Amino acid sequence: MKLLRNYLDQIKPHFEPGGRYHAFQSVFGGLESFLFVPNTTSKSGTHIHSPFDTKWSMSVVVIALIPCLLFGMFNTGYQHYLSIGENPGGWLMFLYGFLSVLPLIVVSYAVGLGIEFTVAQWKGQEIQEGFLVSGMLIPLIVPIDTPLWMIALATAFAVIFAKEVFGGTGYNIWNVALIARAFLFFAYPSRMSGEQVFVRTGSTFGIGKGQVIDAFSGATPLGQIGSAEVSPRMTDVLGMPLDYWDLFLGLIPGSVGETSKLCIGIGAVLLLVTGIANWRTMISVFVGGMVTTLFLNVIDLTPAMRIDPLEQILLGGFAFGAVFMATDPVTSPRTQAGKYIFGGLVGMFAVLIRVLNPGYPEGMMLAILFMNSFAPLIDHYVVEASIESRIKRKEIYSKL
Amino acid sequence: MKEVFINPLNRNNPVTVQMLGICSALAVTSKLEPSVVMALSVTVVVAFSNVIISLLRKTIPNRIRIIVQLVVVAALVTVVNEVLKAFAYEVSKQLSVFIGLIITNCIVMGRLEAFALANKPWPAFLDGVGNGLGYGIILIIVGFFRELLGSGTLFGFRVIPDKLYEWGYENNGLMILPPMALIVVACIIWIQKSKNLNS
Repeated sequence: MKLLRNYLDQIKPHFEPGGRYHAFQSVFGGLESFLFVPNTTSKSGTHIHSPFDTKWSMSVVVIALIPCLLFGMFNTGYQHYLSIGENPGGWLMFLYGFLSVLPLIVVSYAVGLGIEFTVAQWKGQEIQEGFLVSGMLIPLIVPIDTPLWMIALATAFAVIFAKEVFGGTGYNIWNVALIARAFLFFAYPSRMSGEQVFVRTGSTFGIGKGQVIDAFSGATPLGQIGSAEVSPRMTDVLGMPLDYWDLFLGLIPGSVGETSKLCIGIGAVLLLVTGIANWRTMISVFVGGMVTTLFLNVIDLTPAMRIDPLEQILLGGFAFGAVFMATDPVTSPRTQAGKYIFGGLVGMFAVLIRVLNPGYPEGMMLAILFMNSFAPLIDHYVVEASIESRIKRKEIYSKL
Repeated sequence: MKEVFINPLNRNNPVTVQMLGICSALAVTSKLEPSVVMALSVTVVVAFSNVIISLLRKTIPNRIRIIVQLVVVAALVTVVNEVLKAFAYEVSKQLSVFIGLIITNCIVMGRLEAFALANKPWPAFLDGVGNGLGYGIILIIVGFFRELLGSGTLFGFRVIPDKLYEWGYENNGLMILPPMALIVVACIIWIQKSKNLNS
């Protein structure tokens, strides 16, 4: 560590104004503050010093995502070998999944960070750490078979049009990773839904060659419900029925990181303990979704309305969205009451879109993006209401 | 005199600077052909309504000028609509109500109010042509990118080579949807503004 510090100090003059590599000053600064806590502090005025900077909170979110990522890799291999009818053992399954998922992560980070570095250099600003989380989220919320150039395009679109044009990290209105997914969803719908994309059946770097067996169907449980005729009946890729426990553990087809509710739960605990995600938002998303499902259960007109509340929140990306996306501190409301309203409506819209619109089997993405747009409005009215109630209280007291 | 014609093409473009006529720019530009037809139709309507109003400008009573303008514009739009139905039936079906809605295009009324009522016929004509073309250029640029990236065609002919599709390229479905038209217009504004600031 000392060695690295000395090396950085040694090359630092080259990056300062007048130095040889002045053009890469922001890159150097970003790298330095990524490796070491910066020692510059404010000298004037009153400040609260806190070690919890953006870098710290971003790193915690990335760590919270790691269980989902590792399980997603294993599940990718597991689904693949299930579909070709082989059982090579857990490690080879993981290796297959690792090699399949890794290119998605590399492309997402390379494109996103490339744009961030370029913009920071161009504007002469410091590099923000905001993309560390988005870059990890993007590979986790897309189907495994998404072509890499599409990931690159969607990431570039999301970073430029959802983040940089609004002023960079902390100023974006919508969740950047979800914008990337929404771009893919509307631009290349055949790659983002249906039976062909959620299970990789081809080989990866020569590993896992084989013929897909006859009984195979790559539909996700959520997709099966959307197309159900009589009553929702969920099966795995070989047609075996699934119960709650399977949905919870997550050995089911789906986007890379969303399947295991156990791993999402581990991440959620970490986020809540460190105080990065707000429990009010998280809980109210689940409550909103379950209440809406109960309401739809009573109406009971289509097979999709018959799913019970527990199943509804275990399916698809609901839990992942509730834990990692809806709680994004930048794009959710700041006020306490606003968080309840925001979360409840996200859950409600997610279920409504899922159940009432067969064209969109997964509603979580659209629900969160939709409510992101309203977060400032919710805050505004919560604050207004608070001001009004205080004025009223003052009037009452002054009369006494 | 030259300014009257040149300004609306860039510095005072009706779409990208004055933000007028955005709705039709979103609605008709998913293909290049309707964009070109729309651009021409609007140019014709703006130019000739400008000339007519400019000729009548001294006889129109101030209080009822809006209704007179509307009658002139509506008459011209009807003529354009009938001509299109007669000679370009397919395109006129694609454009459907949007030809009729040229009447409500803010650019037309805006030019009549702001320019034709106070100027002679020839400058008014140039102003109309300039504004129509300024609007048309933006429409054609947006239509070009939306058709090229969204459908892989231009004027209905396939221009993206089959080889690219074999390598895994796919048409971008989002380009066909109206939101992307807004983003393309935004990009044009971005480029135009940064260029104009520098010069």
